[in-house]
Amino acid sequence: MALSVHKYDAVVVGAGGAGMRCSLQLARAGLRVAVLSKVFPTRSHTVAAQGGIGASLGNMDEDNWHYHFYDTVKGSDWLGDQDAIEFMCREAPKVVYELEHMGMPFDRNPDGTIYQRPFGGHSAKYGEKPVPRACAAADRTGHAMLHTLYQQNVKSNTTFFVEWMALDIIRDAEGDVVGVTALEMETGEVSIFHAKCVLFATGGAGRIFAASTNAFINTGDGLGMAARAGIPLEDMEFWQFHPTGVHNAGVLLTEGCRGEGAILRNKDGERFMERYAPKLKDLAPRDFVSRCMDQEIKEGRGCGPNGDYIALDLTHLGGETIMKRLPSVHEIGKNFANVDVIKEPIPVVPTIHYQMGGIPTNIHGQVVVPRNGNPNTVVNGFYAIGECSCVSVHGANRLGTNSLLDLLVFGRAAGNHLIETALASKAHKPLPANAADYSLARIAKLDQSNSGEYPQDVANDLRRAMQTHAGVFRTQKSMDEGVVKVLAIAERAASLSLKDKSKVFNTARIEALEVANLMEAAKATMVSAAARKESRGAHTVDDYGDTPEHPLGRNDEVWMKHTLWYSEGNRLDYKPVQTKPLTVDTVPLAKRTF
Amino acid sequence: MADKRTFEIYRYDPDKDAKPYMQTFEVELEGTERMLLDALMKLKKMDDSVSFRRSCREGVCGSDAMNINGKNGLACLTNMQTLPQKITLRPLPGLPVVRDLIVDMSMFFKQYHSIKPYIVNETVAPEKERLQSQEDREELNGLYECILCACCSTSCPSFWWNPDKFVGPAGLLAAYRFIADTRDQVREERLDNLEDPYRLFRCHTIMNCVDVCPKGLNPTKAIGKIKDMLVKRAA
Repeated sequence: MALSVHKYDAVVVGAGGAGMRCSLQLARAGLRVAVLSKVFPTRSHTVAAQGGIGASLGNMDEDNWHYHFYDTVKGSDWLGDQDAIEFMCREAPKVVYELEHMGMPFDRNPDGTIYQRPFGGHSAKYGEKPVPRACAAADRTGHAMLHTLYQQNVKSNTTFFVEWMALDIIRDAEGDVVGVTALEMETGEVSIFHAKCVLFATGGAGRIFAASTNAFINTGDGLGMAARAGIPLEDMEFWQFHPTGVHNAGVLLTEGCRGEGAILRNKDGERFMERYAPKLKDLAPRDFVSRCMDQEIKEGRGCGPNGDYIALDLTHLGGETIMKRLPSVHEIGKNFANVDVIKEPIPVVPTIHYQMGGIPTNIHGQVVVPRNGNPNTVVNGFYAIGECSCVSVHGANRLGTNSLLDLLVFGRAAGNHLIETALASKAHKPLPANAADYSLARIAKLDQSNSGEYPQDVANDLRRAMQTHAGVFRTQKSMDEGVVKVLAIAERAASLSLKDKSKVFNTARIEALEVANLMEAAKATMVSAAARKESRGAHTVDDYGDTPEHPLGRNDEVWMKHTLWYSEGNRLDYKPVQTKPLTVDTVPLAKRTF
Repeated sequence: MADKRTFEIYRYDPDKDAKPYMQTFEVELEGTERMLLDALMKLKKMDDSVSFRRSCREGVCGSDAMNINGKNGLACLTNMQTLPQKITLRPLPGLPVVRDLIVDMSMFFKQYHSIKPYIVNETVAPEKERLQSQEDREELNGLYECILCACCSTSCPSFWWNPDKFVGPAGLLAAYRFIADTRDQVREERLDNLEDPYRLFRCHTIMNCVDVCPKGLNPTKAIGKIKDMLVKRAA
């Protein structure tokens, strides 16, 4: 059967902040670019980001990129690559100003400049005091940014393939990436996208956990495709728990609440963060705050009849500030917790929020893998940007507002790199003869299935296992058990049954295809986590506690290195952290206190 | 306590159905299934062929708009406690049905695109941000928050009759968002683009759009402001 082949200079998979910042750069330069998205672009998960974009504009108080750089390295628990972090923090003001020029409706100060609010882990003078660095549009920053980027892409005539799901990467005999296969949801037909370059901007895999702030679409599709194509995944053991997910609902309440002055309280009404982080208090980084909350709950100071949550108190901010700066938080409180946050505290718990790891890349967004002794050999024709990538600017823990920044900086950088390397004048490499066979076989297997498990039952078992064995506090024993369990569940996922065999907008088929991607992301997470025998950032293991040799359980002699997980045989490899920035001095290792 | 609900759902799969029909489901809900979307997810576990769009499940992505007991809304923001025992779900009215509760939104987005939904400012950009006063920025509140769910336009009789010619409430709200932005330089062209018996003036202030907007926005008010500007311009 002859499949239709779409030919473009560049194919971007994913229409969130990173994908659309990149496609905009390419479309403006006159390249033929196609963007594939499972959902209409403005429905991508960037839309849910609330608090702000980190950039040292210094509009409210003295700030500069050196402070931002230091905070990000320290926030990453020294696992972030300092060259990439320097690049991101230096570029930050520029990409924010550009976004403003594109029409982003930022809130304003009396002098007309962009409004900025404090955020967790962002400080002035190397940790001395919190600094307002988060450039915000109320608490809808992600929504405003995503819509602005979509609008600019409309202006630049970017070609969108809306409600198309990418299935697999096409690599030729030399291992270069020459395209992707994709399924048009409305018709159920598979096509080939033949490109000089494929850019993944597919977002995170937060849906591998049972309780997550993430949208249903965040199933790690890019990770699954990369893993199946033999590309390793980096640092997948590091998952951020956001301190303030609504108890029993999972919906996120922005860190901007605390940026505006909200306080976390235990059942005694105590502002307990003062005890743990005397300088930054409630605005310590997320991994740190989440652990403190968990500690309070464990020691019997949790709130509620079961003592299983913490109270986020906004009542002292006043109705006017809340309705002006945090209107969505007010709306979410009402809809998902039946709480008026102006009048009473809202129950929150640390909730899975963000994937620090991903497809390994360099600062141009090019995917890099170990080959012939070089741990960072470029895979020709393949880029990854945004949450699906690991460049690595977030290391073991991301600072709030650095995610939107990451999308803008690296989306733009990848686009620029393609333009600078004269993509337009390059020729397409030929497609291999069997380009779509693998994808078609996967679809055919589902279409012919008549016995086997229901995809969502398997996925739900996976989510429960991940929640139990790869949660906020980890133990070696539990992680080891988790590996056995997750690998067993992944076996079951190999034979799924689809009842609905219709071709037209078959969401059951889409979900079944997503399950294959969830499995790769979950295996990568569980196997990488069980192997890392230390505590660092979001990976906190009870067995590796605070000792004089290893402060806070971090073992730099052995474990200051990036994990690389390969799907085939669940093999692990490691590569060094880049401790040398581009132009400034290395931030030396230190114990992380706030 | 068992909470047993009856769902009447519009079903149509062009792959196998000659015509649409209504199908009845009985679903028993747990306390944790708080929103209509939670109930729908449970229903999909019973019958995986029931088709609808969904993503963020918190009212910001705009995917799960549908007609709920005769009124358009988002499934993820509709609390089950506000619904009666029997719930009738239909696709958004006025747009072609792709399958079940999934509609073809091309016409809706075509109208959104027709208003040039992007800032136009051809002056050389400054090194830093373009300054905007707090008052000027406040003009954008109630406009930029639209999530393009189409609840409003598909509840508007004027849009049902002329979806190819009338911009519709969502598109006009967006049009005013750019007209009102002090950074935009083509206000007159934007007004020219709307000065037409159909594009703008098909709005007869029926105000269904205001009634159904899940974000509490007011397209009718924005449309009124555009009409005022056109009247003033003509005077």
